Amino acid sequence: MSTLSFPFRRRTFQALSLALLAAGALSAQAQEVRVMCYQDGVECDVTAELAKKFEAQNPGVKIVVDTVPYKTIVEQLPVQLAAGQGPDIARVTDLGGLSKFYMDIAPHLKDRKYFDTQFGSTAAWLSPTPGDKGIHGFMSQLTMTGPYVNKTLFEQAKVALPGPKATWDEWVAAANKVAKATQTKAAMAWDRSGHRFAGPAISNGAAIFDAKGELTLDAGYKTTVNQFVAWHKDGTMLKEVWAGSGGSTYADSIGEFINGNTVMVLSGSWQINRLQKDIGTKFDWVAVPNPCGKAACTGIPGGAAWVALKTSKSPKETAAFLNFMAAEANYADFIAKTNNIPAHAGLAKKGVNYVNAQPAARAALGVFGTGVAQLSPVAYKFQGYKYNRALMLPTVSRVTQALVGELSTDEALSKINADMQDAVKQAQK
Amino acid sequence: MRFLAFFFNLFEPLFRLSQKWLGQSRLAWLFVAPNLLVFGVFTFLPIVINVFYATSAGVALLPSERPYSGLENFQILFECRDYFDFQSCRKDVFWRAIGNTLKFSGIQVSLMVFFSLLTALVLNRNIIGRGFWRGVFFYPVLLSPVVVALIWKWLLQSQGVFNAVLVSAGQTPADWLTDRHWAFFWTIFVSIWAHMGFYTLILLAGLQAIPKDVYEAALMDKASPWRTLTRITLPLLMPNLIVVLVLAMIRAVQVFDEVFVLTGGGPGSATTFIVQFIYQTGFAEQIHLYGLAAAASLALAAGLIMLTLLQLKLTRAKDAGQKVR
Repeated sequence: MSTLSFPFRRRTFQALSLALLAAGALSAQAQEVRVMCYQDGVECDVTAELAKKFEAQNPGVKIVVDTVPYKTIVEQLPVQLAAGQGPDIARVTDLGGLSKFYMDIAPHLKDRKYFDTQFGSTAAWLSPTPGDKGIHGFMSQLTMTGPYVNKTLFEQAKVALPGPKATWDEWVAAANKVAKATQTKAAMAWDRSGHRFAGPAISNGAAIFDAKGELTLDAGYKTTVNQFVAWHKDGTMLKEVWAGSGGSTYADSIGEFINGNTVMVLSGSWQINRLQKDIGTKFDWVAVPNPCGKAACTGIPGGAAWVALKTSKSPKETAAFLNFMAAEANYADFIAKTNNIPAHAGLAKKGVNYVNAQPAARAALGVFGTGVAQLSPVAYKFQGYKYNRALMLPTVSRVTQALVGELSTDEALSKINADMQDAVKQAQK
Repeated sequence: MRFLAFFFNLFEPLFRLSQKWLGQSRLAWLFVAPNLLVFGVFTFLPIVINVFYATSAGVALLPSERPYSGLENFQILFECRDYFDFQSCRKDVFWRAIGNTLKFSGIQVSLMVFFSLLTALVLNRNIIGRGFWRGVFFYPVLLSPVVVALIWKWLLQSQGVFNAVLVSAGQTPADWLTDRHWAFFWTIFVSIWAHMGFYTLILLAGLQAIPKDVYEAALMDKASPWRTLTRITLPLLMPNLIVVLVLAMIRAVQVFDEVFVLTGGGPGSATTFIVQFIYQTGFAEQIHLYGLAAAASLALAAGLIMLTLLQLKLTRAKDAGQKVR
């Protein structure tokens, strides 16, 4: 039996209707911009802070920062975009691969020259077609692959750190000595990534591209595959990182480094914040220049970019927020708090005051900052190549098969070549 | 009851009208239409879409952007110089995945049926704490496959519990998940551990349905326990055993979640099974080959249909044999 009288229910209904109408009107007023973000350290937290500042300056625009795992950016975002869905802005690393989904924000910008001047050197990485003049976003930071070393273990083992021009072989010898003396599980580990692998390969003379500009596996690449497999077989490399997964799944080696399971790792500048946070005072760590091969001493450049997406329902607001994030003061704030290398020309020239960086992190940023100048042109070309993953991914899956004994290194190389040709062919259809 | 009669009477004029309009034989279609609609949208339509993707090329997701490629994806999958050597196949991982799935299904299903039967026989006896032991064996079934895999990963990883025990006993730690033979062993073990309770329950129900007087008669005839098992228990349990066999086989061929979390399909492709190959090809690699993944899934469907038909034939042959006897 109901205790509510009819007039009361009618009043309740009227009040509810009014509330719903008011809520609807409010939500219609606020333009929402959704930002899909992943973070290695605190990138999304800092972005959310900046978004609050933007909202204060732009009433009526709401920025929603969705922090997602990196795997979501790599695996789910492309599917969403291909299906015509997705956020307004995303922080991506497959710069060329997703470029067909980027939105040109140039028509909404008052000062496009600012973007050309400050981010011009990396703008081509985001271009859907060569020579495209649109502005699709900007690099949130530059990154560079490179090694980190557990300095405490070197000191305990009384082994001197090899110098700045030391070769991979010299580093392997030194790290092995340290691992043996300190009973560390392994001398070395590399991130399970074709991107990371490309640095030593180019150092060993891999040209990556043939005369026609197409991907090729040359002697330099083959040498590196052989060397890498051999280092796994002789116990130099920590097996868990590459053999611990199947397919071409990404796995970082930094966790093993933080846990003291390896003397040296090949990772990249984006891990500085994590190292600072997770290692603390447990041991001393340093970033060292990329070891040399016979052709170069290079890593691979890269980075993440903030990109506007065609799926955006608020293009004007999306452009406004990206413009805000790219402004020098805000960009400097982001870079300083996240301990990253700036892609902003003016800021790179002036230098960044890394407010949160402790001495080890500051030194590492210096090493990577200097290293950018020594990157091989091949490394830049490879990073900017639209189908670079056609080589990177089979490298991971096939080399793993070789190091666990499923394939010989020759078979692995031939399979990498076949997979690479297939992937490029499919992607071009 | 009166309410139900009233409820159905409400529809009677509608049914009469439909029957008049459609005729009695066609009226049945009207009744099954809602179910057919759901089946069509969620089962039949995806199959048709899958066929479309399998016969188109490129990396685009939208059908309008995918060029027709005929049977090219199937050619890519099945192109081999020597079908007894995976290495010679263009998509060797596909063949490895098929090989792994067959090996996994064969070993896992046999062991699963054997251990489930053994456990059911033990739990059917009057042992101390029978209720507790039944609970213990059934408990893993309640866990999510991801949870099961994470628990075992924690035990088996290089610095996990098992290696800690080995090290504390002065032994060398083992590569439980990074050695391909061990990794394969553990995928089977974990899968049996996680699902055995379910099949044990089915067999236990079957054992309890066998009339006691049959055993009493056997006892009076002084039949040995082995003879009782082989001549009474197993034949009478056969319908349940067939159900267990069919269910276990279907699940084994479709294995994905536990293995994906436990080993990621590695090391190398040692624990990559067919469903994971499809997932990887279509979604996990950064160049998404939807067409190839769709073709592989159709190949899997064809395999499952053949398996089902074979099982049906065997079951019918067995039934016919029993009738003749």
